[in-house]
Amino acid sequence: MKILVCVKRVVDYNVKVRPKADGSGVETANVKMSMNPFDEIAVEESVRLKEAGSAEEIVAVSMGVPQCQDTIRTALAMGADRGILVETDAELQPLAVAKLMKAIVEKENPQLVFLGKQAIDDDANQTGQMLAALLGWSQGTFSSKVTVTDELVEVAREVDAGTEILSLKLPAVITTDLRLNEPRYVKLPNIMKAKKKPLDKMTPEDLGVDVSPRLSVLRVAEPAQREAGIKVADAAELVDKLRNEAQVI
Amino acid sequence: MSALVVAEHFDNNLNPATLSAISAAQASGTEVDVLVAGSGCGAVAKTVAAVDGISKVLLAESDSYAHPLAEDIAPLIVKLASDYSHVFAPATTTGKNIMPRVAALLDVAQISDIIGVESTDTFLRPIYAGNVIATVRSSDPIKVITVRGTAFAAASSQGDSADIETVNATELTGLSTFIRADITESDRPELTSAEIVVSGGRGMGNADNFTLLEEIADKLGAAIGASRAAVDAGFVPNDYQVGQTGKVVAPKLYIAVGISGAIQHLAGMKDSQVIVAINKDEEAPIFQVSNYGIVGDLFEVLPQLSAELDKLES
Repeated sequence: MKILVCVKRVVDYNVKVRPKADGSGVETANVKMSMNPFDEIAVEESVRLKEAGSAEEIVAVSMGVPQCQDTIRTALAMGADRGILVETDAELQPLAVAKLMKAIVEKENPQLVFLGKQAIDDDANQTGQMLAALLGWSQGTFSSKVTVTDELVEVAREVDAGTEILSLKLPAVITTDLRLNEPRYVKLPNIMKAKKKPLDKMTPEDLGVDVSPRLSVLRVAEPAQREAGIKVADAAELVDKLRNEAQVI
Repeated sequence: MSALVVAEHFDNNLNPATLSAISAAQASGTEVDVLVAGSGCGAVAKTVAAVDGISKVLLAESDSYAHPLAEDIAPLIVKLASDYSHVFAPATTTGKNIMPRVAALLDVAQISDIIGVESTDTFLRPIYAGNVIATVRSSDPIKVITVRGTAFAAASSQGDSADIETVNATELTGLSTFIRADITESDRPELTSAEIVVSGGRGMGNADNFTLLEEIADKLGAAIGASRAAVDAGFVPNDYQVGQTGKVVAPKLYIAVGISGAIQHLAGMKDSQVIVAINKDEEAPIFQVSNYGIVGDLFEVLPQLSAELDKLES
């Protein structure tokens, strides 16, 4: 089978972002960018399925500014076979990404599409579910285990109460949670090889998709900050403070 | 304008996060109807009907709704949504699974995990693990919204009984099948609604040491949580995780033990009323958000804390 995997270029998870002074967005100039960590897990799972003989080809897709190529090259270095970049300077919201992905799915005819369960920049947690809806496919979100058989894929999902096991008809969209796997480190020879792997470019216009945003961001601001409190000497003083000062026990 | 709130329930018990979603809907200045979809869930519909300010309850019963599969529930919500300006659901794993599917089928955006309502079309939501709050306005005819439960007080339940109207179930899609759920059994309060939460991190060292936290939690009537590091290390199951991609809690008292305080963890607990940190590293970032901190070895501090709590009881 063929697998499509979606990778997003985001502000690195170690960076503490700040709003711009005018509140129009967050400061991303000169900030380290990386692949969304959940998408790394999605790429890893795809590569493992290929290594296990369940998949023949992995296509990594990214969307946005030209530098998203770097994110695709990382996926290629991890083991994806080729890349597709949908290049645009426009702001892409989850519904637009899902529509662009649907157009690519219709060209590529994969059996499985992997995406991270959420991107750590907008924290939306929408794109995979939206793609499944637009395609009329089954969805396995927040997956912690994925087992593929001929016609079905069994997915263990991390839910509020514990774990839920679903059986999905193929083709399916699967979004990945933290404990599905531990992504491999990319080795230098693989980075070199990845540079030679094919990478197609297209635009939203080529795919006939209107990507106009539906939500406008009026402003962004820092949340109210907590003040650091006091250090107490021992458990006795802590219990006293909690009972008599904070009055929470 | 009117809103449809999708109720969440399990085993004939209403998830209290639904009451927060109802409050968010009411804050948006709309009339509020509530959808209860399930199998044999008439008791839940009655509970919802008694919530203050509800116009009516829509009850959709079918065996195919026994487990809320997104592929089967979303078409029902989509069918009903044309009568509404807003559709709300709690931002639980169930809501997060279903609602984007609803939004895409309606060709509208979803507004995820709102923490505030500014007007009928303008909402506040956290981005970048809560380090930034965005105010967003929707231009869509139907606003599909998930609600962070800790950000809205629960709607009260002493209202008059609203009418319960039966609606037809949609057809089963057969796209996915529920096999089983492995539910973590516990007599302790539920993590997201507990008044006190005691959480452990990597510093706990191993799964057995969590018994030290259990002892404290039982004396305080608290729920137990964990950092991602503790879950990844296999000390506790995934449903204990508090943070950006786990659960968001805002109890009266949050006690963080052996947790350094990565921004991804703070995202899930920094709205707690009082935060206590116990950590041997005095430079740990958790102390920057805690009201009370103890710098010390948790294996010495926890037994002392347990003994002090015993003194309170006696």
